Amino acid sequence: MDHYPQVLFQNRQPNRIATMDEYRRSGGYQALEDFVGKRAPAEVTARVEASGLRGRGGAGFPAAKKWQSVPVDGAFPRYLVVNSDEMEPGTFKDRILIHADPHMIIEGMVLAGYAFSASKAFVFVRPSYETSALILERELELARQEGYLGKNILRSGFSFDITVHRSGGRYICGEGTALLNAIMGKRPNPTKPPPYPTVKGLWDRPTVVNNIETLANIPHILRNGGEWFKDLALTKGGAGTKLYGVSGRVNHPGCFELPLGIRLSEVIGEFAGGLPGGSEFKACLPGGASTRFLTKEHYDVEMDFDTLAAVGNRLGTAAIMVFDRKTCLVGATLNLIQFFARESCGWCTPCRELLPYIRDLLWRIEYGEGREEFIPLIRDLCKFSWNSYCALSPGATSPVESLLTYFEDEVREHILQKKCPFKP
Amino acid sequence: MLPDDLKRLLSERISKAEDPREQAVDVMFEFQNHYGYMSDQAMKEASSLLGMTTLELEELATFYDHIYREQVGKYVIQVCDSVICWMHDHISVIDHIRYRLNIDLGETTADGLFTLLPVCCIGYCDRAPAMTVNRRVFGRLTPEKIDRILTRLKDHAEYPETE
Repeated sequence: MDHYPQVLFQNRQPNRIATMDEYRRSGGYQALEDFVGKRAPAEVTARVEASGLRGRGGAGFPAAKKWQSVPVDGAFPRYLVVNSDEMEPGTFKDRILIHADPHMIIEGMVLAGYAFSASKAFVFVRPSYETSALILERELELARQEGYLGKNILRSGFSFDITVHRSGGRYICGEGTALLNAIMGKRPNPTKPPPYPTVKGLWDRPTVVNNIETLANIPHILRNGGEWFKDLALTKGGAGTKLYGVSGRVNHPGCFELPLGIRLSEVIGEFAGGLPGGSEFKACLPGGASTRFLTKEHYDVEMDFDTLAAVGNRLGTAAIMVFDRKTCLVGATLNLIQFFARESCGWCTPCRELLPYIRDLLWRIEYGEGREEFIPLIRDLCKFSWNSYCALSPGATSPVESLLTYFEDEVREHILQKKCPFKP
Repeated sequence: MLPDDLKRLLSERISKAEDPREQAVDVMFEFQNHYGYMSDQAMKEASSLLGMTTLELEELATFYDHIYREQVGKYVIQVCDSVICWMHDHISVIDHIRYRLNIDLGETTADGLFTLLPVCCIGYCDRAPAMTVNRRVFGRLTPEKIDRILTRLKDHAEYPETE
């Protein structure tokens, strides 16, 4: 097993969080001292731009470009929203990161805020991550006492503070625009841009929504430079490491920091300990529940944004869910669509009506009431998902559509046998 | 009615927020801690504290998984039923709790201690099958582990006062 450089997890301990002193000993808060008040905010953005850092929350949008989309003459105050909602099945990397090294995230937030002159950040945390919320609140207070946060940070003239915002718990809150509504205490329906949040976000002020993992990379990029960051990736054109959360049918499920561009087979076979004895890899969802099934044919694919796009898939959040030969993929997809149908906010018709319809058809197939004509019908229905306001519905149909593309035989077997062939 | 000191604390938090509504979920969590759930009375009090209409607050209360508009037990057990826990036989977890507590999904035990609900992925896929009890997570569940958790909660519980 190769050992790869640990950047975000360099201070990770087995059973406790890294302290502020441990973080400082590893070079923590140095970038904040060197940049805030001493270099122009545009220089922070320029460094991040040179590193090629892409957002780690799923969409992979270039981080610097997002900050630059805040208008130069945009109103004040400006807000940073830190997305740690992480409610997509299979995704748990943000929780591990908060529990590993919270001050790395805090420093990243302050530097991001400095880059586009924000004065306040909200960290949005889901109910089942209450311990993460408590850790952050405790460590934020320590950072405040050290002068890394609050009014006039390290006498730089820059003021910035961070609040933990607790969610009431709904998947849709992770969607950028719904997230803003949630923080403002409105019903969290997504809204269709424009205006984009970076122009008119929280209370109509410029607002940047960044993922926690994205922000944790910022201090390292500022300290070590863009070229160093690019060299961390194994793919040409890739940049940085990535937190891969592996779950499902593997011996050692967990979260691993590995280079972007590492082969899927290495992540599953080496780091997650491979599949249990007697099991054989059938498929995985490589980037969370809203990506497509990836088959054995691409088991050696390089895990990066462009390399996965080249095989018709998405890196998403790099939450790899592994399914073996004995797992029924109709059953798995039925479970996934059930999740999305339940979590749809119900605001727009394609999502509200479409997902339960597909769920019912899949339910019938799984439980022996399937008919041949359901297959083309589900295929057609999937196409309508693109008419919805936000990405929930197209994401929801990704596993369904790819089930029919790669595992049509397995679906048909359910219909022919009038039962699930995986059940006795 | 909410105790005065708690009411003062909440008012203070609300006044410090960018906008009162920003505190809506936090305030409802505090009311739930006090009343056990968001009763109609709690909805009225909370909305007036937040400067919202009860209808506006209702839009939020009915939207979120962790806000309860009906009476729930002192401990709300939410078992994850999403895909990774499904692979790890979450049904057996639910069945075991149903058997032990003699309630079905969506029901509360007669002593008012436990409510059993399904919940979507709680982000503990590396420790499946998993559940939360009042926002505290328990993973890698086995029948023995579930029994230990239930016994501990029963033994240390203060029974809710009857009204």
